[in-house]
Amino acid sequence: MSGTRLEARYRLPRGGFALDIDLDLPAEGVIGLFGVSGSGKTTLLRCLAGLERQAIGRFALNGDVFDDAEAGLRLPPWKRGISVVFQEPRLFAHLDVERNIRYGEQRTSRSPPVEFAALVELLGLAPLLGRKPARLSGGEAQRVAIARALMSAPRLVLMDEPLSALDIARRNEVLPFLERLHAALPVPLMYVSHQQDEILRLADTLLVLDEGRVLAAGPLPDLLARADLPGLSGDSAAVVVPGVARAMDAEFDMTEVATGAGSLWVTSRYTPGTPLRLLVRARDVSVSLAMPEGSSIQNRVPAVIAAVMETGGPTVVLRLDARGTVLLACVTRRAVAELDLRPGRAVFANIKSAAVRQASV
Amino acid sequence: MTDFGPLLLSLRLAAVTTLILMCLATPLAWWLANTRSMLKAPVQSIVALPIVLPPTVLGFYFLLFLSPNSLLGGFWVEVTGSSLTFSFTGLVIASIVYSLPFAVQPLVSAFETLGRKEVEAAWTLGASRLDAFVSVVVPLTRPGFLSAVVLSFAHTLGEFGVVLMVGGNIPGATRTVSIAIYDHVESLDYSAAHALSLTLLGIAFASLLALFVVNRRARV
Repeated sequence: MSGTRLEARYRLPRGGFALDIDLDLPAEGVIGLFGVSGSGKTTLLRCLAGLERQAIGRFALNGDVFDDAEAGLRLPPWKRGISVVFQEPRLFAHLDVERNIRYGEQRTSRSPPVEFAALVELLGLAPLLGRKPARLSGGEAQRVAIARALMSAPRLVLMDEPLSALDIARRNEVLPFLERLHAALPVPLMYVSHQQDEILRLADTLLVLDEGRVLAAGPLPDLLARADLPGLSGDSAAVVVPGVARAMDAEFDMTEVATGAGSLWVTSRYTPGTPLRLLVRARDVSVSLAMPEGSSIQNRVPAVIAAVMETGGPTVVLRLDARGTVLLACVTRRAVAELDLRPGRAVFANIKSAAVRQASV
Repeated sequence: MTDFGPLLLSLRLAAVTTLILMCLATPLAWWLANTRSMLKAPVQSIVALPIVLPPTVLGFYFLLFLSPNSLLGGFWVEVTGSSLTFSFTGLVIASIVYSLPFAVQPLVSAFETLGRKEVEAAWTLGASRLDAFVSVVVPLTRPGFLSAVVLSFAHTLGEFGVVLMVGGNIPGATRTVSIAIYDHVESLDYSAAHALSLTLLGIAFASLLALFVVNRRARV
């Protein structure tokens, strides 16, 4: 298969750790690369960027071949047009912010996906342009690194836990910029994280690595509906439900969102017509057999239990079919026994509206 | 009246040596700082040898190596018609080897401190090896380059043993300042020795002072 696909096959034995990867993913939007520390996420990124000289394999993007061990082909990093945002900003200390951002632009004949001025605006960099990197905060430096990577007009952007070195406040400062980029960017982005919420907010496609191997790969909603992925299942299981803002309740700062499962209320305001992504965590969903009365729960949708998935703990995850949309609910084993919850049973899914996350598509 | 000819000769020798040395030491130091090759330790040892070896030993081997009877020396005589020993060119060759560690070691330590992070970032932004080196590595390791230049210049300026063995004492060609000072002292001309020594002391102090001041400013 060629076309807009990312195909990669790599082997890299190193000490006690071996990377052995075989991938074929759509090269569009954000590919979230998830896995625990030491699962090979960074190594895979370095292979794609051409920075791992010992890696053996084949890598093609949209049919253009970058590595082909059999043909003896290995493009050096500077001929790939694949830019990287590393865990630490790696800015050039002797250049001011503007010259850092333009470093890659001056070395490519392709035109950047976003104009310099638009990027500066999008990432809030205008007041920083004349500063040296030593005078930036961690969050500012990482935003500059992101701008620098994009201005090199990359064919693929790799981000290796760009927020991991930041504290929670700084992380929350940069994350919205990434979400806005996600919406504005015509370039495929591979985003590494071991933070579940970053992946859930940004990714369209999910790739899960474990001990140097691909554990799962596919569209995010499909993978989230599975119950066997470490860090994404059991208590931390969640689904992403796409929807469109329908009406706003200005008095209570809430918005009604039309989804496949029915209408759901989320906190904060969105202009009607805005496409949204709702993150619904299994632990924020409960089930009841009858329509509950006098409850603080704002969202109730009818659903049918599709499967009861063991997590190995005192809780189980129910997979619910709400008019064709998958929802997950985390409930105790005792509740399952007392309410006789089994596949085929009709229930109401109760979703805490406050827990519904909003992320613009 | 003191003859400052030997001082000028020494300055010329130091300048030429430093210039050539930087061209050789930069790629060598980059290789040493980045290689995982088995050859690293032996090469490092050879480069550091002039620090521990008595200059007379080094000079003695150079005398043999550069003499018209040797392979290189003989070849040189055939091509240029003049001998390498007891000549300015011979002194430059000997000085390059003698001062090599003073150019290589500050550069290696600067490159090792810098690491590969910024270089890798430059590569992924489209900068070739040479481009990344010139536009990122050199500016970020400027203090290392300054140290290398000043140390090899000052070290060449003050050499005595190697010059005596290889160059002899030919005014205008191989009579460097340290040899001139030695001669003045031997002939009890202390005032001439004073004039040259004091000038040399001044130059050495001034260049080290400049180095430390500039490097401190670069760090801020």
